[in-house]
Amino acid sequence: MLMQNKTKRTQGWMGIRRGHRAHPAEWLAEKFIFLVSLTAIVMVFLIFAFIMREALPVFTGKMSSALVQPAISVNDIDKIPRVQLQAYLGLTDQELARMDKDTLKSLMEVKQEEQDDIPQNFRDNPDAKINTTEWRYMLLPHQWTGYSKPSYIWQPVGEIEKYNIIPLFIGSLKITLVGLLFAVPLAVGAAIYVSQLARPRLREVIKPAIEMLSGIPSVVVGFFALIVMATVLQNTFHYETRLNVFVAGIALGFAVIPVVFSISEDALTSVPASYTHAALALGSSKWQAAWKIVLPAALPGVFAATVLGFGRAVGETMIVLMVCSASVMSWSIFDSARSITTTIAAEMGEVVSGGVHYRILFMLGALLFVVTFLSNMAGEVIMHRLKSKLEGKR
Amino acid sequence: MSTPVSSAVPATNPGRKHFRAEKFDVASFFFTGLTGLATFLILAILAVILLNVLINGWSGLSWRFVSTIPKKDFFDPATTGILPMIIGTSIRVLVMTIFVIPIGVITAIYLTEYAPNTAFVTRVIRAAVNNLAGVPSIVFGLFGLGFFINFIGKNLDKLLHSSQPVWGQGSVLWASLTLAVMTMPVVIVATEESLKAIPHGLREASLALGATKLETIMKVVLPQALPGIMTGGILAVSRAAGEVAPILFTGVAYYMADLPHHLTDQFMDLGYHIFVLSTQSPNIEQTKSILYATVLVLLVLTFALNFVAILIRAHMRKQLRALH
Repeated sequence: MLMQNKTKRTQGWMGIRRGHRAHPAEWLAEKFIFLVSLTAIVMVFLIFAFIMREALPVFTGKMSSALVQPAISVNDIDKIPRVQLQAYLGLTDQELARMDKDTLKSLMEVKQEEQDDIPQNFRDNPDAKINTTEWRYMLLPHQWTGYSKPSYIWQPVGEIEKYNIIPLFIGSLKITLVGLLFAVPLAVGAAIYVSQLARPRLREVIKPAIEMLSGIPSVVVGFFALIVMATVLQNTFHYETRLNVFVAGIALGFAVIPVVFSISEDALTSVPASYTHAALALGSSKWQAAWKIVLPAALPGVFAATVLGFGRAVGETMIVLMVCSASVMSWSIFDSARSITTTIAAEMGEVVSGGVHYRILFMLGALLFVVTFLSNMAGEVIMHRLKSKLEGKR
Repeated sequence: MSTPVSSAVPATNPGRKHFRAEKFDVASFFFTGLTGLATFLILAILAVILLNVLINGWSGLSWRFVSTIPKKDFFDPATTGILPMIIGTSIRVLVMTIFVIPIGVITAIYLTEYAPNTAFVTRVIRAAVNNLAGVPSIVFGLFGLGFFINFIGKNLDKLLHSSQPVWGQGSVLWASLTLAVMTMPVVIVATEESLKAIPHGLREASLALGATKLETIMKVVLPQALPGIMTGGILAVSRAAGEVAPILFTGVAYYMADLPHHLTDQFMDLGYHIFVLSTQSPNIEQTKSILYATVLVLLVLTFALNFVAILIRAHMRKQLRALH
């Protein structure tokens, strides 16, 4: 009986048929447990929904950061579209819905007075009329007054707020790549050693020790990089800027190593031992078996580990925030750079809640969420496929 | 660790018990050494960080330091202390466990005891848990700000007609809830692991004696899984204790003259204090001693907890092996 049911687990519990009818309290408890277990789904949904909620005006374009705006006369209140009025007054959807016409009119008068107070030298600056939150100003280089050529600039504080997010993307990318280049070879090498080559007793010690690395809080890694490592690395490699992408990347690597290590190790150990035994029986050395048989079989797992490591690296905040945070647009790894996470962490404390800058920071958060969500999904799917393949389920 | 292994490849030594390739292979020798070196390097990084903090932090540590509430200028090593930070961090992780353990444990019970393995819902729950584990901590901070403070908090204030923001600002409660969402996967995974390790025979025996499923779970399965649940809770606490990014906008304070008294108060925090000391100090050489001491306290806190979790887990595995 038990054996027969094994394929259809849904029928009973652990393949056991119920001998008695379910009690109402049992039924109620089961439903309650089920509802509570949905929390994880609800939370993922809420995270996405509420970050998007704060960032929405950026995507819909109902926002304006232009200092000098073509004045709209109070008498035209009925003539212009609501969306334009909303952007002009900088209101959210709810605020706009709540306000009656008189309130809107008085707001428009206040706006008019504000506009009249802007000094003349500002009025002459062509940049002051630009709504810098439009996508073309956030993604493409622009010829700002006073700059020699069109450039990508993230400068949210100042007379003219510039929100080009490309430097932040490049910053994140540079730091992440350095981190992965440092962490992946080390972590995968260690995973091969621990899972294939080390003696079992040694393995029992090394594995938890490496996993302990993930127990070090990132603020401590950041502190170590800032106080100790930055000086040591500068004295070794003799570069100019003490705090740069290189230092941040290596420190970030410390946080990525445990992730890449555990997943690659998991993938390598799930390769059936018979593969190795066969190779050894044919006369290959332990290393040859590991390198030519086990590693190729587990390669998707190593790839998944890298993808998940990427997700961890892109989202890491404190290490990067402490080690390098000056926004410099350059491809050199010996310059400073500002990542997306750093920007959010450093600037969120000083913004006006509901303002333009606030919403753009939430937009960056939403992008970060989507990027890590996708890389996690990809990593999961690859790992799942690999495991079912190795276990011969498919 | 690499040297003894690589230098002692005894391929030419016929007296070894292990099965080895008959020829000495240079590539094998070289690459085994290389992977061993990688392992060694990682362990060295860990050791260097820990030893560096231990050696430099020890001298700055004193009873006065951990039991003093500092004045406004906490950069002066002679008068400063970290009592409010220790208390702030402890309170926020304690409040967090109150929320995360029940939800995490119940989810794990559903996943192992009730969920039909192939059902769509089960797969979605698992995917959600895995994804929650991968969401960057700063995104949790944004979520806490956007959801708990700006949505729930501000609406609560509106409902209660408070004249000034009480709920609609950063506080211990919102920081703890944000951390609870973040550490949920840790508790779920650890509990699930311990539930799965309990032999089916125990459940079968209980059911055969006429117990209902709920009774079996409450009286047979859960007591057995208790060490696993504790491990999950401890790991969650140790993870949350060191996190700074999620609390940046949800309740941490740069300086407070008093300890937090209510759940709606802001708090000072060890991790955030490390960040402040290492980036905003007017004289980094002077503050180095208190900085190291603070790092040591945080590390001891998180590592002691991690270590306890590892011990419980090892003990549990041994016991279960005996059961099987």
